[in-house]
Amino acid sequence: MIEVSGLTRYYGETKAIEDLSFNIGANEIVGFLGLNGAGKTTTLKILAGLLHPTSGSVRIEGEDLFGGSLDTRRNVGFLPEVAPLYTEMRVRDYLRFLGELRGMGGASLDSAISEVAERTHCDEALDVVIETLSYGYRKRVGIAQAILHKPRWVILDEPIGGLDPVQIVGMRKVIANLRDTCTVLVSSHILSEVSQTCDRLLILKQGRLVAEGSEQQLSHMAQHASSLRVQLRMTAAEFESVVVGHALVKDASILRTEGELLVARVDLTGDHREAFVAVLVQASVGVRRIEDAESELEDIFLELTSNQPSQKLR
Amino acid sequence: MKAALLIARRDFQAYFNTAWGYVVIAVLLLIHGLLFNALAMESKAKYSADVLEEFFYLSSGFTMIAAIILTMRLFAEERSSGTMVLLDTAPVHTVQVVLGKFLAGLSIILVLLALSTYMPALIFVNGKVSLGHIFSGYLGLALLGASVVAIGTWGSSLTRIQFVGGAIAGVVTAVLVLAWALGKVSDPPLDQLTSYMSLFDKHFQPFMQGRVNTQSIVFYLSLCFAFLLLAVRSLRGRRW
Repeated sequence: MIEVSGLTRYYGETKAIEDLSFNIGANEIVGFLGLNGAGKTTTLKILAGLLHPTSGSVRIEGEDLFGGSLDTRRNVGFLPEVAPLYTEMRVRDYLRFLGELRGMGGASLDSAISEVAERTHCDEALDVVIETLSYGYRKRVGIAQAILHKPRWVILDEPIGGLDPVQIVGMRKVIANLRDTCTVLVSSHILSEVSQTCDRLLILKQGRLVAEGSEQQLSHMAQHASSLRVQLRMTAAEFESVVVGHALVKDASILRTEGELLVARVDLTGDHREAFVAVLVQASVGVRRIEDAESELEDIFLELTSNQPSQKLR
Repeated sequence: MKAALLIARRDFQAYFNTAWGYVVIAVLLLIHGLLFNALAMESKAKYSADVLEEFFYLSSGFTMIAAIILTMRLFAEERSSGTMVLLDTAPVHTVQVVLGKFLAGLSIILVLLALSTYMPALIFVNGKVSLGHIFSGYLGLALLGASVVAIGTWGSSLTRIQFVGGAIAGVVTAVLVLAWALGKVSDPPLDQLTSYMSLFDKHFQPFMQGRVNTQSIVFYLSLCFAFLLLAVRSLRGRRW
């Protein structure tokens, strides 16, 4: 369990993150989502022990991350945005050096190298000089070093940044496989990636945590009780006269027409769903379908990270 | 200590994994040899001991320059390439990281000095010098080299730009070398302090002349300790 409480970090006068508090459970894959400059990398650097917070605390299994114990570092694997590689070394030598530096050795190190190479699909490159590897391979070697010493949590900063679609699919599998052995923290500004890979999302905006939860929870959070998506048998003109301008309706717009049907979004002035249905029935409108209008995750992300304050989520 | 040796070994190998290390060493040895031939081996008759003393005099400058060039990359390169994070997140103390880097730099200097021994060997074979004189001279060079390597390690820890790290080390080394001149124009007791701080004049000359001076050994080791401590503080400070 990672407990983050009141985490704040300033760079000089500039505030990077402010009062972040959240918990992360064992074997979770948690995504940090936010626009560039939202504070993702600063947060991850603090969680990796690379930066001290200006205030606040990070407790891992109850132990203070900045208490000076080297054991805490043994339990963390970190891959920054640019994979940290000694490019003149061969992959095997690079992993061996880092394994030894982290207290491993002998046959167990050899088997750990083979295991992580297999898990990250870079076993074919073990005897290749890193400098000659493609960008995607370098990222995988970066992950291999992060999990080599079997850490309990792995922090991956923008792991899919710069990868091509095929490499992204491969990286997604690699990250998903990490769940078996560790807790994974992934940062990204690409929504589709974190939503596909992570169990839970933490959305940062200007250094503050603005929302957290699973994709479903966030979607539910953004669901508006007063917003409906309807499929009605009526013309656009009838829609104008019956729906638009009605006292119960705040806003209404036709999304598309499907033959004699039209699909529309209707925002009510309150939770007047039953009354609104009665209005439609009284006007002899054929109601084919009526449902709560759920927001797509992308909408939520844009709402939460936009500079325009969102009314919908308040 | 094991972690420090691991870091030292990797850095030492890194010098020779690319052409850069070989080129720098070859160029430095070439210049050293040419200067030795032109200045120490000039045609007028000299005592062998004087030739050897001149060799150590030339070698001191060569050692200091080599130490600055070879150490400026130690931390600066790690920071510019992003690999510093591997050392920062490893379960090792900052002291071990700094010590590892220092040992790597020192090892290269010792290799360079070992490769220069053909010159005093020529004097030894063709003239009359004592092995003790050669030993004391090389001990002095190793201590002088270690001090400048420590200064270079600190300089490199301050920046991600190698050249800047080298420039910082160069300026500090130059100030310490020229401290004797400051000692001559200073009033007591400052003159004694600045004279004592002289990296070359006060402390290297005895070794050059074949004398092992304990006070100078202590001075060089203290200098190493002080600058390595500064490097540790500089690296720790980056986390804040």
